[in-house]
Amino acid sequence: MMAQTDSSETPLLEVLNLRVEFPTRRGTLVAVDDISFDIKPGEVLGVVGESGAGKSLTGTAVINLLEPPGRIAGGEVRLKGQRIDNLPQEKLRHIRGRQIGMVFQDPLTSLNPLYTVGYQLEETIRTHMNMSEGQARKRGIELLSEVGISAPQDRIDQYPHQFSGGMRQRIVIALAVCANPSLIIADEPTTALDVSIQAQIIDLLKRLCHEQGTAVMLITHDMGVIAETADRVAVMYAGRLAEVGPVQNVIKQPYHPYTKGLMGAIPTVGQKLERLTQIDGAMPRLTEIPSGCAFHPRCPKAFDRCDTERPDPIAVEESKVACWLYDDARVLSGETEQ
Amino acid sequence: MLAFIVRRLLQSIVVMLVVALVAFSLFNFVGDPINNMVGQEATTEQRAELRERLGLNDPIPVQFLRFVGNAAQGEFGISYRTARPVADLIAERLPATVELAVTSAAFALTLGIVLGVYSALNRYGWTSRFVMTASLIGVSLPTFLIGILLIWIFAVNLQWLPSYGRGEVVDLGGWRTGFLTLSGLQALILPAVTLGLYQLTLIMRLVRAEMLEVLRTDYIKFARARGLSNRAVNFGHALKNTLVPVITITGLQLGSIIAFAIITETVFQWPGVGLLFIIAIRFVDIPVMAAYLILIALFFVIINLIVDLLYYLVDPRLRVETPAARTAA
Ligand SMILES: Nc1ncnc2c1ncn2[C@@H]1O[C@H](COP(=O)(O)OP(=O)(O)OP(=O)(O)O)[C@@H](O)[C@H]1O
Ligand code: SF4
Ligand SMILES: [Mg+2]
Repeated sequence: MMAQTDSSETPLLEVLNLRVEFPTRRGTLVAVDDISFDIKPGEVLGVVGESGAGKSLTGTAVINLLEPPGRIAGGEVRLKGQRIDNLPQEKLRHIRGRQIGMVFQDPLTSLNPLYTVGYQLEETIRTHMNMSEGQARKRGIELLSEVGISAPQDRIDQYPHQFSGGMRQRIVIALAVCANPSLIIADEPTTALDVSIQAQIIDLLKRLCHEQGTAVMLITHDMGVIAETADRVAVMYAGRLAEVGPVQNVIKQPYHPYTKGLMGAIPTVGQKLERLTQIDGAMPRLTEIPSGCAFHPRCPKAFDRCDTERPDPIAVEESKVACWLYDDARVLSGETEQ
Repeated sequence: MLAFIVRRLLQSIVVMLVVALVAFSLFNFVGDPINNMVGQEATTEQRAELRERLGLNDPIPVQFLRFVGNAAQGEFGISYRTARPVADLIAERLPATVELAVTSAAFALTLGIVLGVYSALNRYGWTSRFVMTASLIGVSLPTFLIGILLIWIFAVNLQWLPSYGRGEVVDLGGWRTGFLTLSGLQALILPAVTLGLYQLTLIMRLVRAEMLEVLRTDYIKFARARGLSNRAVNFGHALKNTLVPVITITGLQLGSIIAFAIITETVFQWPGVGLLFIIAIRFVDIPVMAAYLILIALFFVIINLIVDLLYYLVDPRLRVETPAARTAA
């Protein structure tokens, strides 16, 4: 069933049947349910989905940074073939920042207000690389200039509040890339910024990662950014993966009925996902995930099987689609058109 | 920075003037100062003469100004009860109170921060739950009860520590300290614990709450995502950010230690200014009462000033004013 795509390259990151749960008084909430995907070296994987779909949780689960009581309840995360989801904290922290860098949504709150930018850079650099204070400072200045901060030798001694939001996100990016990680997880890195600055930050991220061959897991609501930046796209719905495939497929000829709804209008740069949604109803809350295919109450194509059996991802061309429409039996009998 | 200090100084002066006014009115509204000073059998002429000599016939504002002027020079008149200068009485007893307050503040602050941080970091641990429960008791028991309990356990039953007094003191150029003798240190333990326990529990709960708050922030999450060690995250980042808001409230708490010392000094017969004040009340010794009020207010004001300056030094956002800072805010 699981057709191998492009088997020549081994994946950098493999996520297998990942499950994230929140134990609550009224039972366990499954916020990420049985998700599998992989990212190849240097590849940009866009992750889209409505608010609450589980995108951020998936990103944080990859570096095992879930806030308790949230926890990884099943599945595996592998980096370069090695399992990292079950590592002890002390080993994990040599992966965080060193192998996998993280960029969060809000640059205004990502930096500690009480320390200079230089302090935070040097401390990160020296955590991961064997450098003297002087060397680390020099590298910090280089990094600031790389992310486009002018007069870095002066500004390195300033505090975060002395920088604008866009500048701060540049600093956050510098911090994320300072140890040359092979993967960056960027969780809506531009959502909190002025529209005029968003493109610059995406360009910066693209350029840096391209130069260093860094792969990116780019979580965003901005379909324009996805179209321009991503190599492949994963679409999440209610904690599950609806569809994952090459960017042209997902955007131009999506297979999954949910993705079709999302792409109902042709996205242009800067347009937001929410406004594109052409599907009636709202994504279910975690406490009331429908049986079978979680999308069936909203799905225009739903049929008898959908509300009883949950579809597993099915390989269609280069994509994987979790929808019964693409089940072998139906495809063979020619029931799916389009 | 300078403008900030000047502004705070002016505010402090206003506060002190208000307190001085309250202290001053004691003289006029609580009893008659002449009656308090001379016996019942003094003649009317003697009274009138004393009244004139003390300036009590001058207009009230003039009297008040004179009072403030004298107070500023540490001059509070003569104690009705002992007929000695109030300034001397206070100077004799101040070291005892200051040493008691400093010791219990150090006790409350150190243990409060350590326990607060510990119970925040080990939130679900057994010990931290125990500490939190125990702290509730510390908050709810009145100070005098804690003192009596401690005396009962450690002085009466175990007989480890003295139950009253300061022990032996050493005179260091007018400052009589109990820090240098064994009996002085032993005598300090129970009163200092009694006085500091309430502040200790308050500081602990505050540090814990604040630290839990900080541990949830994005920059702590980001610090972890950068791969920093637990130690760097918890103590380098989280603790420092925790202490910023804690400083203010802690400062106020330390000020109230000096005020609360009255009760502790009474329970332990500690020869400090608090005890002096209690005795002064009993004998309606107005000059001593007035001086005590002003002294306590002065401590509060000074501690507040120091707290503000510390706050200013710790938090760079207050220190630097730049265009970026203003637009970002
Ligand atoms: N601490 C928590 N306890 C219970 N549920 C949680 C908790 N944190 C997140 N969730 C739930 O998990 C789901 C997924 O959250 P997540 O933050 O991953 O969404 P997202 O796709 O990133 O959304 P957004 O686009 O708004 O960032 C949401 O429904 C959210 O309510
Ligand atoms: S499985 Fe059924 S309900 Fe789900 S998306 Fe496919 S057709 Fe719609
Ligand atoms: Mg999110």
